[in-house]
Amino acid sequence: MNNEPIHSLAVEGITKRFPGILACDSISLDVGEHEILAIVGENGAGKTTLMNILMGLYQPDEGKILINGREVHFRTPVDAYATGIGMVHQHFMLVPNLTVAENVLLGMREFQKFLWQDMEGVRKRIREISERYNLPVQPDAYIWQLSVGEQQRVELVKTLCLGARFLILDEPTSALTPQETDDLIALLKRMSSDLSIIFISHKLAEVTALSDRIAILRQGKVVYRGTTSGQSVSNLASLMTGHEVVLPCNECTGGSGETILEIRNLKVRSDRGFFALDGLSLSLQKGEILGLAGVSGNGQRELADALAGLRKVESGSILFRKKELANKSPRSIIEAGIGYIPEDRNEEGIVPPFNVRDNLILKDFRSKHFCKGPFFRFDETRQNAEELQKRFDIRCASLNVAAGSLSGGNIQKVILARELARKPEVLIAVYPTRGLDMGAEEFIHERLLELRSQGTAILLISEELDELLNLSDRIAVIFKGKILATMPTRETSKKKLGLLMAGISGEGAA
Amino acid sequence: MNILTFVVNVLSIGIPFSVALLLASTGEMFNQRAGVFNLGCEGIMSMGAFLAFMPAHLLQNTSLAPYANLIGIAAAIAIGALFGLLFALVTVTFRAPQGIAGIGLHMFGWGVAGTLFRYFVGGVTGVPGLKNLPIPLLSRIPIIGPLLFNLNGLAYAAFILVPASWYILFKTPWGLKVRAVGTYPRAADTMGVNVSRTRYQALVAGGMLAGLAGAYLSLGQAKMFADDIVAGRGFIAVALVYFGRWNPYLILGGSLLFSVAQSFQLAIQVLGIRFPYEFAVMLPYVLVIVVLALTPGSVTRGPAELGKPFDREKRV
Ligand SMILES: Nc1ncnc2c1ncn2[C@@H]1O[C@H](COP(=O)(O)OP(=O)(O)OP(=O)(O)O)[C@@H](O)[C@H]1O
Ligand SMILES: [Mg+2]
Repeated sequence: MNNEPIHSLAVEGITKRFPGILACDSISLDVGEHEILAIVGENGAGKTTLMNILMGLYQPDEGKILINGREVHFRTPVDAYATGIGMVHQHFMLVPNLTVAENVLLGMREFQKFLWQDMEGVRKRIREISERYNLPVQPDAYIWQLSVGEQQRVELVKTLCLGARFLILDEPTSALTPQETDDLIALLKRMSSDLSIIFISHKLAEVTALSDRIAILRQGKVVYRGTTSGQSVSNLASLMTGHEVVLPCNECTGGSGETILEIRNLKVRSDRGFFALDGLSLSLQKGEILGLAGVSGNGQRELADALAGLRKVESGSILFRKKELANKSPRSIIEAGIGYIPEDRNEEGIVPPFNVRDNLILKDFRSKHFCKGPFFRFDETRQNAEELQKRFDIRCASLNVAAGSLSGGNIQKVILARELARKPEVLIAVYPTRGLDMGAEEFIHERLLELRSQGTAILLISEELDELLNLSDRIAVIFKGKILATMPTRETSKKKLGLLMAGISGEGAA
Repeated sequence: MNILTFVVNVLSIGIPFSVALLLASTGEMFNQRAGVFNLGCEGIMSMGAFLAFMPAHLLQNTSLAPYANLIGIAAAIAIGALFGLLFALVTVTFRAPQGIAGIGLHMFGWGVAGTLFRYFVGGVTGVPGLKNLPIPLLSRIPIIGPLLFNLNGLAYAAFILVPASWYILFKTPWGLKVRAVGTYPRAADTMGVNVSRTRYQALVAGGMLAGLAGAYLSLGQAKMFADDIVAGRGFIAVALVYFGRWNPYLILGGSLLFSVAQSFQLAIQVLGIRFPYEFAVMLPYVLVIVVLALTPGSVTRGPAELGKPFDREKRV
């Protein structure tokens, strides 16, 4: 590894095409030493693609990369590491059935002996890094045992252990809790005194708080470059989307009073066997949005799974129009009229290798409308897809490409289109805007409010307090598998919710 | 009839039976840990059995006779490596569907071995094969001695391979890479691990062990060659890898269980108990299926990307 400092890194005229898509269109950017450059842009703008090119994961079709003014060619990630560039990927690059130390060792040749591995050396390096940057990790924990926030930390430590002096962070905060996000931002600020950083995020408040300079990408092109100081969030949002972004607000409060979904004393186990839901009760009224606030890992996932029929209910009941739904099959739950926007888009939301058209009828392919006897009516499925594509502004090369190749935001729009088009009576929406750009967020919020006004009851599970306060009629706080409090949105505040989410209730919250 | 003698008899046949399965499934375990399953195992074993048999057959009455077995074993390993390489080329470089490619490799190896055998040899002929090497002192322990310490060299090697491959898999950098490319190749790739190279290496190593398993069948077990000498053991070996949860020790247990069940059903037939022999023959296979069905699955241990080719620039 050469230890030459990276005084400047620049890309010039980078172009990358995928079948049917121009992902990067002659992009030029530069980053100086100890500088934090933020890259923002809509979903599918080409941010990740550009970073993958910088890491030697993708080969650009045109253009070059310059370090300290000299052109470099990265054929594999090893080349990029060797010059001191390291990246924390949008999707964690950690092997789940290996320990933290083993994951780090994978990239560290100097600790890989022929017949043995120098685990002590790796542990020592991990401890050094984690002490230096105050990033606590346990070297011998298995990745699958760690929470998302902890995995994020491991990713950072791993990248730093490999000797990165130039850090690329691709949406590092999208799955973090607000507290973890604040910690990370503070840490990155400190780190910028000995590193250069490229920071990608959809949360513009973070961007303005952290970065020195900003670049905005739209459809593969750089549409704006400038310094951060003096830029406001709303200004950036309109530069990014080309129009002014106003996140809609839920004005009228209170549902119809008619209870449609009643959850009583629900007990559900987590993957690790303990009761993730420990006697949870909650009721949902027609035409209201009930926000469920809470730090992730307090039972949200298990609740959503149980409601969708994907996890066994140990005891308690889920009454939908007085009919028991607990432990019913997902199909009967779907047919009863419950919609579901899952947390894990790629695993539960779509079938990634299926094309967009088929993914849009995943829940309705049996209906008379889409098939005739054992055959599909292809005209109908295509028409359905074209309509939804227009209505929900799904951006893809064609409706016949695999849904898994779309950008995160567009995958979310596919799911949303499918679920909303079915006009569900109850919609379970789990982190529906995670990883989405502001334009898409605005759009999804509008759709949710529209659905609400048509009488659908929505359970909105989220960690974003702004989102919850904007959209909900009532907010419930979940903590350790129980509902700590439920209150009308207008009677609460960020501060109050924050305390409740930390498990402090009653007098302490007053 | 004495129960103890019956048990000892069953074991004394069952334990040597397990060696070919153990070698082949350990090889297959390395393949699968790296994310590739090779259904061609059976074909490689056929080729290995044939090539190991040939020198012993041809050099029988020459001055090279003492080296014939060694030459044969080397040839079996070499052909296994070659077939593993071929399989890697097809499935890793050209990303062909692994199931189909494996069945093709099986038919190719099986057919070629049989054809060459009929062309060069013709009828059934025996070879001296491998001699047992009793281990001094240990082999004289009553009951256990003759069962465990009076086997041929390949058998000892196979049993030593169990802890050795556990060590390789879990304690060496190469084993770490193998596990990583079988579970999350993209992550391994971003860490600078060469996914294709690691898969090639694992497939070649797996092929060598399958070839060696074939050599054991012709030189150590049957001491002859016949078209159907492998008789489905290659496929059983694949099943045993799942059975053994990709762990060398559990695979050893599976191999022993299957082989002892096999020898047990033979013993029952010999005893002349009135029991339809067709059912006895089914016993070991049924046993494997039942145990496979009853062992709980675990996502955290197996190679999650088993069977999927890797392409750095593809998202799905
Ligand atoms: N490996 C690939 N194969 C085919 N198309 C791809 C591939 N990677 C990206 N694309 C396409 O290239 C475009 C840019 O994708 P990219 O992931 O870079 O967007 P992004 O800006 O990171 O979006 P997001 O904010 O959603 O992460 C998208 O339209 C995407 O569908
Ligand atoms: Mg991205």
